[in-house]
Parts: sequence; structure tokens; C-alpha cells
Amino acid sequence: MRKNILKLLENNSKLSPKEIALMLGLPPDEVAREIAEMEKEKIILRYTTLINWEKVGEEEVSALIDVKVTPQRDVGFDEVAARIYQYPEVKSVFLMSGSYDLSVLVQGKSLKEVASFVAQKLATIEHVQSTVTHFILKKYKQDGVIFEDQITERRQVVQP
Amino acid sequence: MSQNRNFEPQRFISPVVKNLRPSGIRRFFDLVANTKGVISLGVGEPDFVTPWHIREACVQALERGYTMYTSNLGMPELRRAVARYLEERFGLSYHPDKQILVTIGASEAVDLALRTVLNPGDEVLIPEPCYVSYKPITLLCGGVPVEVPTTQARNFQPNPQEIEKRISPKTKLLILCYPNNPTGAVLDEDTMMAIARVVEKYNLLVLADEIYAELRYDGPPVSFASLPGMQERTILASGFSKAFAMTGWRIGYVAAHPELLAAMVKIHQYTILCAPIMSQMAALEALQHGLKDISYMVEQYDQRRRLVVSRLRDMGLDCFEPKGAFYVFPSISVTGLSSEEFAERLLKEEKVAVVPGNAFGPSGEGFIRCSYATSLQELMEALNRIERFVARYTRLAKAVAHG
Ligand SMILES: Cc1ncc(COP(=O)(O)O)c(C=O)c1O
Repeated sequence: MRKNILKLLENNSKLSPKEIALMLGLPPDEVAREIAEMEKEKIILRYTTLINWEKVGEEEVSALIDVKVTPQRDVGFDEVAARIYQYPEVKSVFLMSGSYDLSVLVQGKSLKEVASFVAQKLATIEHVQSTVTHFILKKYKQDGVIFEDQITERRQVVQP
Repeated sequence: MSQNRNFEPQRFISPVVKNLRPSGIRRFFDLVANTKGVISLGVGEPDFVTPWHIREACVQALERGYTMYTSNLGMPELRRAVARYLEERFGLSYHPDKQILVTIGASEAVDLALRTVLNPGDEVLIPEPCYVSYKPITLLCGGVPVEVPTTQARNFQPNPQEIEKRISPKTKLLILCYPNNPTGAVLDEDTMMAIARVVEKYNLLVLADEIYAELRYDGPPVSFASLPGMQERTILASGFSKAFAMTGWRIGYVAAHPELLAAMVKIHQYTILCAPIMSQMAALEALQHGLKDISYMVEQYDQRRRLVVSRLRDMGLDCFEPKGAFYVFPSISVTGLSSEEFAERLLKEEKVAVVPGNAFGPSGEGFIRCSYATSLQELMEALNRIERFVARYTRLAKAVAHG
């Protein structure tokens, strides 16, 4: 039941427990209880909204930064990651397999702001060996949602 | 075009075609198309785009130069895949070379079946409300449509006694479309068995339009042909449009007794030659790797179905619970409006399009068909608008009743 509730909420956090209950054919109070518990257990962390900021005319710069970490005794990736994710500019941090170790998504108001964050904050963290910054030029799809307005109705409006 | 006053096109049009009533939906379509900002629940096809791997199979086929005719019957691989699918999903065994014909959608399958068996004057039993094409095609074949009303009180199940009552020496064929468009009804087991007994007793054929077979919310799909003694008497019309979200591909099939199939192939080879090869390639991919897509879509439809039924009932509309397809067919009698009034005013006042129930037969009067093959967001907005509308007219109807 939890998985089904979560799948619905992941796509549309506006759904009420009652609506979810209807859609899944479950008792509403049970769904409400289950959601509350999952919030408590930190399975549900936050209810967010996916926004196309570009359409609002809001300038926003994001960069994906590949971070290489110098392996050290006593200092694992977790510690380095923790130091990085404290910064509010950092939106997400992933441990990666392959040619670098951490993938860091940084957001700022301008190119300069992001660049200086990387140079002054990120690169200077102890055990950070190197950084490679990739600025994001355009978002096509995020969290399974395509940003283009091509999803207009193409079907005939009334059919037998 | 120059106008020659002596040329009268109408004189050339056959009386059968001239007298054919234009689809009730057509008129309503123009009304909706000319209104801006409409949320349409009048659409009879999936809101999903054909799954990417199926589209890709078509792209690849084109890249490899598959642009030719196929066998009249359709590609042998596709017919084998259809046979395997019918066996696995419905327990039906058909010979891929003698009993399966690939068609231009279930539409062609229905047309072929009727043209193959009907003599002028033959009567065709058609439970209604139903899909709009059976009656006109019957008329085009010189047949006589005999409608069998179904009612919400009996869960839109065709009543075997009502069927039997309408059987005459001229009756040849019974058309069954379940899961049903527009009601969403599926045949319950007892009804199916009883109908099968009537069919046997009067030596009838059945045309089973099972295009919605996969969209079932109460258990696995069932085919009428799988009932004891029914396979040889059933012409099974189906296709890929609804189950795999492939309406625009125009691809379907018909499965029948070898002799009936051979007769249908005669018409098909002269009128159609063969179904388009690109669509056949895509259909093959759908059957080979697309069953998981069906279960995903069915899950989505099911969630919306529950929501829509419950919301409509909360508004005070008497709404039959559909067990298949992607339509709900609520009664609108509390509003005091006719089906067409309801649909037209809802469109004008709240910009939501639904299809008036009487477009599907006289028994559809007092109902509307809403499709839930629409995104959840749109569906919820449409329901909010319908709720406002129904509340307004229910109040009015009550005030009138109390004088
Ligand atoms: C009951 C029924 N049969 C047949 C069809 C047509 O199907 P196809 O696209 O396979 O021709 C439809 C389409 O709406 C339908 O509702």
C-alpha cells in the first residue's frame, strides 16, 4: 500500500488523502494514517513543486560539478560530502562510480556567483582534490517531466 | 470549381447512404471545436502516446526499407504473435494461417464481418447503447438492425430474454461489444452463458467487438469466444488501438472459423490489399514486448475510474460502476435536462465536453458519456466544473418540482 501511495504523491503532491484513498480503493483514514507515519519516518521528506523558472523570467544558473576527493585514512566520502552539503547553494550531492567521486548540483543567481562559490568554497574544502564545473544550459526534462509545451492536446476533441 | 446547374450530385448518391443519419457526435464535435479553453471528456482514445519502443520498431522498419505490401492476411510473424497472444491471454486457439486476418483497425474487422455474412433483409441484434458504427454498417449491407435496449437497472447487461424476444427467422447475427463503449459494462458470467445458450438455440453468429478487452478492472480479460461452443460461432474483432494506445496506427485483426475467415479475406484482398506494413511492424513489437505497458496504463485508468465514479456520485449523479474500457456513463436525470441539453449547456457554461448518451442509442437518453482517458489534473478540473454545473441545475430542477 505504501508504495502505491508514494507513487501517486511523487507525481502529484497536491492529492489529498481522500483522493488517494479513492484512487487506490482504500479506507481514507488508513491512507491518512499511513502518510502521517511515512512523514514521521522520514520516508516522505517534503512536498515540492516542479517549476519551470525560465518561464517566470527568473534568471537562475545551475552547474553540475564533478568533485574528485583525495582518499585519506579516517576520512571517508561521507565526511567530505557532509562538508559540501551544508552549503545552501548546494542543491544535491551524489556519490558516483567512475572517474570522479561526488556529483554536486549548485544553484546561484549568476554565472559569477556559481563560479566563485566553486572556487572559493568548494575547491578549498580539505580533501577535495579537483573540481570540473559543467554549467547547465537548458533543461529539457526533469524528474520525468518534459519542460517543452509540446504536450498540448492533439487528439480530436470529440470521438465516438 | 465551375458550377453546372444541370449537374445534381444528390441524384447520384444511393438512397441507403442518403438516408444514413450523420453521427450525432459530428454536430457536437463542431460545437466543441469552436469553443476555446474546453476540457474534453469526449475523447474515445487513450491519452497516452504509443509507448516509445513500439514507435521505435516502426522507425527501424522504415530505416531498413520495409515499405512494401505484405501478404493479404498480414505478416506471418504478426499473425503468429496474435495467435500466441489470444492463446495466452484468453485461452483461445486459432491457426495463424487460416483463422487470423490483420485489418485496418477493429473498424475494418467489423465492416468485413457484416459484409461477409449479411444478405439484404437479414436482421442483426444490437444491444444499445453501443458504439456508433454497427447500425450504419448493417444498413449499408442491406441488413436490418434490431436494437436490444439495456438499462442501468440491469447494469447495462443485455437481457437474454430481451434478445430472445427479438429473434425472428431472419435473425442472423448478434453483436456484442464488451467491455462496452459507452457504458463501460462488462458481461457477467451468468449473462454470458445465457446469451451463449440463446445463440446456440437459434443457430446465430456473434460478432464480438472486443477492442477494449484488455481494459478490465475486475479481473483478467475474457473473450466471448472462449465460452463452450462459441468459438466457431464468434467472429472476434479486436486490435491495438485501445490496449496499446495505438489508435492512429489503424491496425487490428479479426479471428474466426477458417471458412468465415476465408470469405472475409476475399473482400479484404480486393478492398484493402493489406494493412500498412509499418503499423504491422509496430503491432508485432507491441505483442512481443508491450504487455507491461498495458498493465501500467490499466493501473492509471483504474485509479482515475475510481476517482471519477466517486466524485460523480458525490455530486448526486446516479453512476453505474464501469468495469472496463475508459468511460463512465452517469445518469443525469436529477438535473432535469436531456442528454443533449446537458452536454450543450455544460459546454457553454463550464467549458467541459462530454458526449450525450443518446448518440449511442435511444437507451442512452438521460445519460452522458465521460472518458477518463485524460490526465489526472484535467480530470479533476473537469469534475470541479461538472460539480458546479450539476449543483446549479439540481437546485433548479428541485425548485421547479416544488412549484
Ligand atoms: C467499440 C469500438 N469498436 C471499435 C473501435 C474502433 O477501433 P479501431 O481503432 O481498432 O478501428 C472503437 C473506437 O472508438 C470502439 O469504441
